[in-house]
This record gives sequence, structure tokens and C-alpha cells, in this order.
Amino acid sequence: MTSASSPVQSNPIPLLTADFWQETFALTRRLFIQLKRRPTTLLVGIIQPLLWLILFGALFQNAPAGIFGAGQNYTQFLGAGVIVFTAFGGALNAGVPVIFDREFGFLNRLLVAPLTSRFSIVLASSLFIVSLALLQTAVIVGADYALGAGIPDGSGLAVVALIVSLLVLGFTALSLGLAFAMPGHQQLLAFIFLVNLPLIFSSTALAPLSFMPTWLRWVASLNPLTFAIEPIRHVYRSDNWSWADVVLQAPWGDLTLAGSLGLLAGFVVVSVLLVQGVLRKSLA
Amino acid sequence: MWMPMSSTPAVLVQQLQKRYGSTVAVADVSFQVEPGQIYGILGPNGAGKTTTLHCLCTLLRPDSGRIEVYGIPASENPKAVREKLGFVAQEVALDKVLTGRELLQLQADLYHLPRPLAQERIAAVLELLGLTDRADQRIGTYSGGLRKRLDLAAGLLHQPQVLVLDEPTVGLDIPSRLAIWDFLRQLKNTGITVVLSSHYLEEIDLLADRVAIIDQGKVIAEGTPEELKARVGGERITVKLQEFAPAELAQRGAQLLGSLPFVQKVVINSAQGNALNLVVQRNGEDPLSQIRAHLQAHGLEVFSSTQSRPSLDDVYLAATGQTLMDAELAAAEANLGKKKK
Repeated sequence: MTSASSPVQSNPIPLLTADFWQETFALTRRLFIQLKRRPTTLLVGIIQPLLWLILFGALFQNAPAGIFGAGQNYTQFLGAGVIVFTAFGGALNAGVPVIFDREFGFLNRLLVAPLTSRFSIVLASSLFIVSLALLQTAVIVGADYALGAGIPDGSGLAVVALIVSLLVLGFTALSLGLAFAMPGHQQLLAFIFLVNLPLIFSSTALAPLSFMPTWLRWVASLNPLTFAIEPIRHVYRSDNWSWADVVLQAPWGDLTLAGSLGLLAGFVVVSVLLVQGVLRKSLA
Repeated sequence: MWMPMSSTPAVLVQQLQKRYGSTVAVADVSFQVEPGQIYGILGPNGAGKTTTLHCLCTLLRPDSGRIEVYGIPASENPKAVREKLGFVAQEVALDKVLTGRELLQLQADLYHLPRPLAQERIAAVLELLGLTDRADQRIGTYSGGLRKRLDLAAGLLHQPQVLVLDEPTVGLDIPSRLAIWDFLRQLKNTGITVVLSSHYLEEIDLLADRVAIIDQGKVIAEGTPEELKARVGGERITVKLQEFAPAELAQRGAQLLGSLPFVQKVVINSAQGNALNLVVQRNGEDPLSQIRAHLQAHGLEVFSSTQSRPSLDDVYLAATGQTLMDAELAAAEANLGKKKK
């Protein structure tokens, strides 16, 4: 029992007040202190994608050259997928500590405080998870380079960071929304377990669209993970990329680099609106 | 600083109602707390105390009824109410990985205290609760009593006008409990208003200026502990005819004493070696000497006797027909039944 309510003190744009940032950074600081004193999660989060790179890379080592796209070996193809599903995994689990805070009553400590906006709880987690995801991404990019996949140029890396941040923000918001809406941690963990791998396998993380039957092409080309994977793959394989480049030939049309960023931004907006709705309903 | 008008109560709760699905947690609770009072809410587990306090602290939205803190309605302006309140929950919810000082810094930021003021206040509450030398150790290493003290420190950090404590000493060892009681009595001198729930009679009796006794979601008695006890009336006298009196002897004594006009009630208490528990109404003369004389006239001697005023338990007993202890046991059994299902 926790989930609580009382009418919203509505302050739709609290983001500019010093109080809002004070409470947000205080909550973020708590998460970083926890990470520093319990670094296991971070270590696992760094070792796991490296294992993926090595194991999956080895699995398809003897695939005919060029099958994953012109001039690409599987290690290069896989790098973008591993970056994205690693970031996705972290974001999907963002709600877990929050639901434990709810169950142990720590959340009540936040809810009885005169927070400017309870959105600070969401933003604090998002800042934390985005930082972790960017750190993981840097490690994967480095390892991928060492495995011979090359490395994008400076602006390409900036695009990678932007894409990872957008994807993580969207899924973090969804996961936090679930953490407030679900009855308890069993349900949340079951849900995460249920959606995690299917979302990865129904994206272009491990194989290109051309490998898939038509129905799966449709699914994969509507999957937000694909919108993140394909532009990253593109900046990896082209030295002179531009925003108008087509990064995915989906059954519903061509998707450009700028278009996929737009879709990801839209995904973030929808997720944040959803979590706002949940906050308002179950807490605020 | 905004000063409350003298007529504004610190806390006003009117006809509060809250249900969870079909379960009525709070059916009808009203009470009023004046500034500077320690107000006790007494009742067995499951009576609706925690739900009442959660509504007061804006953690729950009441189904109906009105809650005001210094005249500010909680439903319309929860943020202003939160600023005035400090809440210490029944279950201590602290982050074990943080140090005491880090937790207090987090708390200070949630209440938007500026950094230098926060440092000052943190040092002060740590000192006040005797936590200074443990402040930089992780909370995971603290004992239960220490955690409760830290939780109290956190509740006081922003200098709330009303401190709300839900079962502040439940599950604590005796020395920790006494330390908390001592602290709350000192706190009273600072003029802070305290609302405190408990199912410990002695806790409420010792600390509270006024008390509402809650049973099954309703206030069944309200007043100062003295008033409530006086209202139940009578004095409690326990008479032992022998260290362990045989049943027939106790029967006979009970019959004899029951016939005295000022004796309202006689119960043979088998748990006390068939002692006779009497409720008597004073009629000017010393009832004990009259009892002694009456028994002697019929050839019975008094082995020992004790005399006491009614307790809050007697108030509860008079209102509900069972003692608080029995209500606790019944609640625990009902809970067990639910879990088995």
C-alpha cells in the first residue's frame, strides 16, 4: 500500500524554478551515491554488452561478406544493435528501484514533502539512467572499434549520443509510469521480462529487415528500437552522412536520418505525457 | 511570518471517511488540535489510525470530510499543508546505503532549504537526537532505535508547525522507547503541535494533552485523558482474600462485596489467583476500610489490596466492551485468517 492521491497543485511548467532543480538534483544525487556504493549493477551493465558483441560476433563470423549490407561485417552491423538494446534494457528497468521505494515506504517521504512538481522524481531517474546509458555506449563504441568495426566521426558520435538519450528518455518514462501504476514489483518485473527480448528480436538489432518475413518487417519498422538502431548503423557505415539520407527502407516508405530522430522525439513526448497522466492519477 | 489567528486550530479533521474498495478504513473521524498540544489517537491495530494520518498528510485523498492545517484546506492546497507538516511514518523507510547526514541533506533539499541553512539545521537536529557521532556512517549499520531517531530528525528538519507521528515507538526496545518519550516531552516546550497515534495506552496517557479513541474507523471517545477516565468513573480496587484463593472462597467474597451499595462491579480474576477486581464509586468514606470491615463481619480476612484510578484501557473497555489487548488479538487473528485464504 502506498499509492496515494490528493488533488494536483497544478503547476504545469515548474521546470524553471530553482526549487524544482534543487529537489531533482537531490534525488539524482541519491541514485549516484547508491551506484557508487553498490557498483555491481554498473559492472554487469558493462560486461554484458561486451559478451554480446563477442558471442554474437563469433556466431555469424562465417556469414557471406556483404550479406548485412554493402561493406559491412557483422561486428559493425551488430555494434549499433548492442548499443541500442543495452540502453533500452537499462531504461526498461528504471522503474524497479522506484517500485521498491514505493513498497518500502521511501516514496512516501517524497510524497509528503512539498515538491514543486512530482515530475522531479521522474526527471531524476531519467537523468541517472541517461548518464549510465551514455557511459555504456562509450564502452561499447570503444570495444566495437577494437573488434574492427571502425568508429563514426565526431558529429556521428554526437548523433549516437542524441539517439541513445532520446530512446532512453522514452523508455525510462514508460517504465516509471508502470512503477507508479502497477500493484507491486512482481508484476513490474514480469512485465519487463515479457517485453524485453521480444522487442529486441522484433527490431533490426540482430538481423536486417531483408532477412524477415513481411509481417515481421512491418513490426520491426514500427518498433522504436529500429528507429534508434538504423541511424546509428548509418553513421557507422557512411563517412559522409547527411540528415536526408535514407536509413531504413520500411514497407511503409523510406525513413531518413532526420525522420527517425523526429519519430524518437515523438516517442519521448508521448511517453512523458503518459507518465504525467499516471502521476496525476495515482499520485499527484 | 504568517501568524495563525488564535481561533484557528492547528489541525481540524471533520467527518473523515475513507474506504479501500468495499473495506471501510475510516467511517467517521473528527477531531481538532489546538496549537502547541500533543494530541493522541489511540486505538487497536486496524482501527483506522494510519489511514487518518495518511489523509492528514495528503498521502491519501479522503472520500469525504474536511481536513485543515492552520486553516489551510488539504484538498485544495496540499502543497501548503505539506510545508507545515512533518511526518514520521510507522515503518521507518530510510535508504540503508546513505549515511544519516546524506539522508538529512536529501530531506533538506526536498523542503528547499538553502545550503548554509540546511547545514546548520542538520547539525542541530543531529545534536538534538544524539546522532552526531554516527552521522557519517551508513544507515544500514544503525539499530532500530537509532533509525527511528534519524527518522524523527528528518521530520523536524524543516521546523514544521505540526509534527505527525504514526506509532512512534512500535517495535522499539524499552530504552529506545523511553528516549523517544523523553524527547517528545522536551519538544513540547518548543511550542510545536504534535499529532501522535499509538496502540500503547501508557504512551498516550503519558504524552497526550487530549486523546481521541478510535475503534473500527470511528471516534468512540474524545477529551483529555483525565476527563475520559473521570467519565468512566469509579475507582479500581483489587482485593485478595488469600495469595491463591480457592474458587468457593472467591465466590463468597464476590457475593458479599457485590451487595455493598458503592460497589458497581465485581469480577473474579483467575489470572491473579482469584483476586477480586472491583469498580467502586467513592461516597466520601474510604471504600477500602468499608470493604475490610464488611468482610471481617462475615469472617473473611483481606490478604492484600491495591487501589487505582481508571486507566484509558477502562475507557476503551467501557466504550467497546472489550479491552484493547483483546481487540489487538482479535485483529491479529482476523489478519491471519485473511492470509490463509
